[in-house]
Amino acid sequence: MDFLHSILIKPFADMATAPDFLLQVLWEGTVSGTLYALIALGFVLIFKSSRIFNFAQGIMVVFAALTLVGLHENGVPALLAVPMTLAVMYVLAMSIERVVLRPLVNQPDIILFMATIGITLFLIGFGEIIFGGENKRMITEELMIPTGSFEFEPFGGFLLIEQKDVTAVVGAVILVLALLMFLNKSKMGRAIRALGDDHQAALSVGISLSTIWVLVWFIAGVVALVTGIAWGARAGVSFALEVIAYKALPVLMLGGLESVSGAIIGGLLIGILEKLFEIYWGQPLLGGNTETWFAYVFALFVLLFRPQGLFGEKIIERV
Amino acid sequence: MLYRVAGQYKTSYKADFALFPVRQDAWLLAFILVLAFVVFPMTASEFVFRTLLIPVLIYSLAALGLNILTGYAGQLSLGTGAFMGVGAYACYKLMTIFPGLNLLAAVLMSGFVSAAIGVAFGLPSLRIKGFYLAIATLAAQFFLVWLFQKWGWLYNYSASGAIQVPNISILGFTFAGPTAPAINQYFFVLCTVTLITFVAINLTRGRIGRQWKAVRDMDIAAELVGINLMKAKLLAFFVSSYIIGVAGALFVFLWRGAAEANLFDIPLSFRVLFIAIIGGLGSILGNYLGAILIVALPVIISGVPAALGLPLTPATVDHLNIMIIGALIILFLILEPHGLARLWAVAREKLIIWPFPH
Repeated sequence: MDFLHSILIKPFADMATAPDFLLQVLWEGTVSGTLYALIALGFVLIFKSSRIFNFAQGIMVVFAALTLVGLHENGVPALLAVPMTLAVMYVLAMSIERVVLRPLVNQPDIILFMATIGITLFLIGFGEIIFGGENKRMITEELMIPTGSFEFEPFGGFLLIEQKDVTAVVGAVILVLALLMFLNKSKMGRAIRALGDDHQAALSVGISLSTIWVLVWFIAGVVALVTGIAWGARAGVSFALEVIAYKALPVLMLGGLESVSGAIIGGLLIGILEKLFEIYWGQPLLGGNTETWFAYVFALFVLLFRPQGLFGEKIIERV
Repeated sequence: MLYRVAGQYKTSYKADFALFPVRQDAWLLAFILVLAFVVFPMTASEFVFRTLLIPVLIYSLAALGLNILTGYAGQLSLGTGAFMGVGAYACYKLMTIFPGLNLLAAVLMSGFVSAAIGVAFGLPSLRIKGFYLAIATLAAQFFLVWLFQKWGWLYNYSASGAIQVPNISILGFTFAGPTAPAINQYFFVLCTVTLITFVAINLTRGRIGRQWKAVRDMDIAAELVGINLMKAKLLAFFVSSYIIGVAGALFVFLWRGAAEANLFDIPLSFRVLFIAIIGGLGSILGNYLGAILIVALPVIISGVPAALGLPLTPATVDHLNIMIIGALIILFLILEPHGLARLWAVAREKLIIWPFPH
């Protein structure tokens, strides 16, 4: 009885008695959820257009952030370092397409997936040699990101919202809107979606596979840079950041591998739910640190009822 | 010329279905077995046992388990490391609860614990397919490793949170623990691996293996011809997790000697997956070739700068190592996506018809 009480009643009682703390938890969940959604978005873009499950998205985030910080450390002004980093990401996208993907066209999915793990390892080694393995500070102020915080007093309590988190959320929203505009309105965006629908049909109407692949990987690189800045401002820049890639995978599972909106909604849902679970159930009952697996187990349960994720394309199988 | 098959006539169906339809294959295998059972033990040093031979055997066993699931039954899994952990912790608990237990029995029994958990996490495979399933197996990976850290009973509430292997002897020979000689451990691992490989070869050749392949190639079609999908998939999870669990028990008891929860984290899963894929999915031989490559490569790479006299710090060598392995994986996938086993199969075909091109 005690046990049931501690699972079913006490957490909600805690939420009701300290609504300001609940709001704080929800806000933290929203911020991390936004970042999960951004990483998942990088995955989705690449999966949609090339059926490649890009495991390297996480390391691309680290690589982009490290390049930015590294350039700044070598005397490049922050606002010039951003376009230079974008150039580096473009070169990276191009070389990945040329060296890795082009020879592997038409291979089974799992081979391409392994190739992206190969890219991940390569970039880890390469990055550590160039930038070193230690934790670096993100150049938040230099990029003119406000670092103060707002304080509210809802319900007579206390709520602290950091301005850089607000910036991250606003930046993410702008990026997503821009991406959706690009995918739905521009010619290139239509080409990307056409390629996602049917490779051969897209090729036959004259869409260039290699151009689109470079473009998509470059967009994933841009998304990675934004994620890297936002996350780096919270936790510093190091190769430990790579683990956030594992956070994005259940988001994909939940939202569906092909769905942009699924990635966003799934990211927010998982970000918020895992924070709530950790604070109200995980820490008091399970010894904490449940964030490593909660999202996966949650996504697994959802998948048992919807095998293609919440927003994924319905899988129709024919013999 | 070495592989001339002329003159090897088959006079019965039984002979046609034999394990080695070509006599030279049997000779080659016999040669490898003699090498493994007689030549290596007589010549190898302690260092070679511990850095090359034992890990190659253990990793290839783990890859064999994964290969049955991914290569034969077509269910991609990224949770191998955690299942190895289940085997290791199960063996540890068995040895602490029954201190007099025979180590071989404990190792083989701990596989069943891992198999049971594998089946539980395999249940979603009946609904979920492809990459969705791969991510679902990550649930097992993260949840189990978290459990290894948080559940004190598993590591006997030791202060460090790690498991330590005590000295274990059978018939006066020490096989596990800090004082065990490497050659004993090598023989123990070799015998276990040989036994399991023998079972696995016959399993994959027979009715069950054909069912798995049918499920892999198209599961709806397999269901239509009368294969019970649930049975076939769950059996694949069972056998695969069993072998992986045994590999995990060997990994800790006969090689590492001690383990913490994060040893079984995702890099271990990927390492085994690399071995299976570079070796060749859907082949038994490939696991051994892949394991040799992945285990030997870092040893060779870290030896090269010293041999050339390059002044590199150990950290740089480490990073170079990761980078080169990443590049090599991509290179191998581009050159031969079907793995080293296919490379050997092609070479063998060439040898049979040599010196003529057709």
